[in-house]
Amino acid sequence: MAKSKSTFKIRSRFKGDVATIQCQITHPMETGMRKDKKGNLIPAHFIQKFTCEHAGDVVLDTELNTSVSKNPYIKFKLSGAKEGDTLKLHWVDNKGNSDSAELEMKSRRRKKK
Amino acid sequence: MDQQRRILLKSTLAASATGMAISAGLLTPKAVLAAWNTSAFTAKNVNDALTGAYGSTDIPESDKIKLKAPELAQSGSKVTLSVTSNLDKTESISFLVKENIQPLCATFNLGSRTEGYISTNVKIGKSSDVIAIVKADGKLYSIKQYVKVAIGGCGG
Repeated sequence: MAKSKSTFKIRSRFKGDVATIQCQITHPMETGMRKDKKGNLIPAHFIQKFTCEHAGDVVLDTELNTSVSKNPYIKFKLSGAKEGDTLKLHWVDNKGNSDSAELEMKSRRRKKK
Repeated sequence: MDQQRRILLKSTLAASATGMAISAGLLTPKAVLAAWNTSAFTAKNVNDALTGAYGSTDIPESDKIKLKAPELAQSGSKVTLSVTSNLDKTESISFLVKENIQPLCATFNLGSRTEGYISTNVKIGKSSDVIAIVKADGKLYSIKQYVKVAIGGCGG
């Protein structure tokens, strides 16, 4: 899959030792039950496995079904992570396509007082 | 002669088109990866899905889990569900939507450093009970909430 843009978007927030990570993957997540304008079924196309690694540990190992919304969004909390750490993300869909990325955990820009 | 040629062309075109459609249709289920829990995810009712995923259907409710879901969802195509588990050693969190054709939406296996919290968006076909299953320290717990959907999110 030659894609210029990464399918991942992450946003992290830190509170003490715990990081809240929001992750969004760009993916159509077709259920296989929708029809196009001509009435033909659009074949199912959805992410089946999504994993997230931090410092060599698998912190999240997810299996998804067609009923997860388009452009899946996952939010989770991770302890023992600090700003600047790298998250390794990877997904595989039912057509065998996959994408992986290594992203730095950055906190959102704080509002100026 | 000319007419025969037309017929031949037409029939070959039709044959190749159907052939392609069949192979495309057949490829989809075969491409399913071994690691994906096919029996649980393709199950048509909650009990089969639970048997496939956890091997048990008798799951007690627990007040140590909180499920946050809207009481009324405007659109079923994107309903945010979040689960907070205050149980020790939370290993996995699953989301099920009872009335969906395939009830099991997602299973999140958490690492040892991941806190018992997951939030995600799911599609809900019609008003239904939403069930969250939490596995903690080898035991299963559940919680459910009824979500009313104004416009269904499956099959558009």
